[in-house]
Amino acid sequence: MTAVISVLGKDKVGILASVSSKCAEYNVNILDVSQTVLRDMFTMIMLIDIDDVSVEFGDFAGIMQKFGDEIGMEIRVMHEDIFNSMHRI
Amino acid sequence: MINTKEILETIQMISEENLDIRTVTMGISLLDCADKDIDVACEKVYEKITRCAKNLVPVCEGIEREYGIPIINKRISVTPIAIVAASCESKETYKFAYALERAAQATGVNFIGGYSALVQKGFSAGDRELIESIPKALAETEHICASVNVGSTKAGINLDAVELMGRIVKQAAELTADKGCIGPAKLVVLCNAPDDNPFMAGAFHGVGEPDCVINVGVSGPGVVRAALQKSQGLNITEVADLIKRTAFKITRMGQLVGTVAGERLGVPFGIVDLSLAPTPAVGDSVAHILEEIGLEQCGACGTTATLAMLNDSVKKGGVMASSKIGGLSGAFIPVTEDAGMIAAAESGNLIIEKLEAMTAVCSVGLDMINIPGDTPTEVISAIIADEAAIGMVNSKTTAVRVIPAIGKTVGDRLSFGGLLGEGPVMRVNTSSPKKFISRGGQIPAPMQSLKN
Repeated sequence: MTAVISVLGKDKVGILASVSSKCAEYNVNILDVSQTVLRDMFTMIMLIDIDDVSVEFGDFAGIMQKFGDEIGMEIRVMHEDIFNSMHRI
Repeated sequence: MINTKEILETIQMISEENLDIRTVTMGISLLDCADKDIDVACEKVYEKITRCAKNLVPVCEGIEREYGIPIINKRISVTPIAIVAASCESKETYKFAYALERAAQATGVNFIGGYSALVQKGFSAGDRELIESIPKALAETEHICASVNVGSTKAGINLDAVELMGRIVKQAAELTADKGCIGPAKLVVLCNAPDDNPFMAGAFHGVGEPDCVINVGVSGPGVVRAALQKSQGLNITEVADLIKRTAFKITRMGQLVGTVAGERLGVPFGIVDLSLAPTPAVGDSVAHILEEIGLEQCGACGTTATLAMLNDSVKKGGVMASSKIGGLSGAFIPVTEDAGMIAAAESGNLIIEKLEAMTAVCSVGLDMINIPGDTPTEVISAIIADEAAIGMVNSKTTAVRVIPAIGKTVGDRLSFGGLLGEGPVMRVNTSSPKKFISRGGQIPAPMQSLKN
């Protein structure tokens, strides 16, 4: 099962590193990463494999959101199907 | 793979444009709960609802967390209680309302709809008792919605029922006068009521439906408005196309949530209702879409035309997006639940007569309109008759949910809080329709040919 992590906020040092180590902590494999910085605004999209995640997926989404609050970024973890259903026929 | 732009578009819709699943509604048949003894029947009703809907709320909360999409309401619709109550010897029909209320609290749902009767062609056993118990049932419960279908294109309009409902609406307001007249906000009088509507107050589980089913109502006026805001200089054909494409995306999400919820609950997925349902929150208004299209304020000349286009485009986009469409499916125009409508009503640009014209081209009807508390019951009945006639002749669902604001008059405000919102008391034409309403009988079903 694949999910999407989106990270939005003001650019600073170590965002990618901290988010990816948090993923590793919960045994989440990162499949793809893309990021852009536009006028100081940092946007990162991570595609992750959640088959072996060490907690319930819903809980992992909550943990990441809370982690986002701690580092001052907006982090969302959403099942990939929501994007597939909305943008692909 | 999905690209960044698409992912960000979805996130923006949810976080900034108030995109949400307005309701996941479980339809439950209570046909097998009838009994001669009303207390036994009530117990069967409670048992069946709590058994079928035991996991409804937790499953929906799980979907919210995993998919990152808010599901605002978890609701239940049941077989019209008048049908279940028909075989009871006792006439204390309101006991079913207590049973439903207990079931609502046990399952944690926001509302149970279906304290209803279908009387478009006449009253059968139990119908009159149920209708007469509605004011008491609504006053003594919190989570129950009632509806009465008084007309249809095939049957015509039951004028006796229309007359009765004028009195019932008024009584419902009087009995809840100390609670902001909340009673009639949970009561809707319908013509051509759909069997699979997930939206309150008109939701009930039709007799032709499966034993248990999941229906989903999406929302998204904010998303449509934002899409229009971003695309300036379009002609009206392009505007219609843009709305269609936006409605498609919104509906796809509803289809996904309905399918997943059905799978996890082990219940068939019924329909997606495509309605654009506003909330009082800023940025979630149907009136503001019409204003974005180019009206100074909702209610201006041109409102009916823009609303007709909006309603049609939403349907066209949605139908393509889901294999199962049903319910009301269109744009809602509940006055107190829509920030733009409230403002338009307050400024005097939106009047009941204009709203009536609007209901001829969009889903539902005169919805959540505060009227003076001293409005005569025959005037309320006549409002219902007019609205039912629009539905009957145009083969569409129409409804009336007006709230007589007891002790208040034009210009005063009435507030319900939450999604039901607040709004001004609107002026009603009180020239008397008493003779017409008291005639009783049945308005015959209209011609289906020679349409002009």
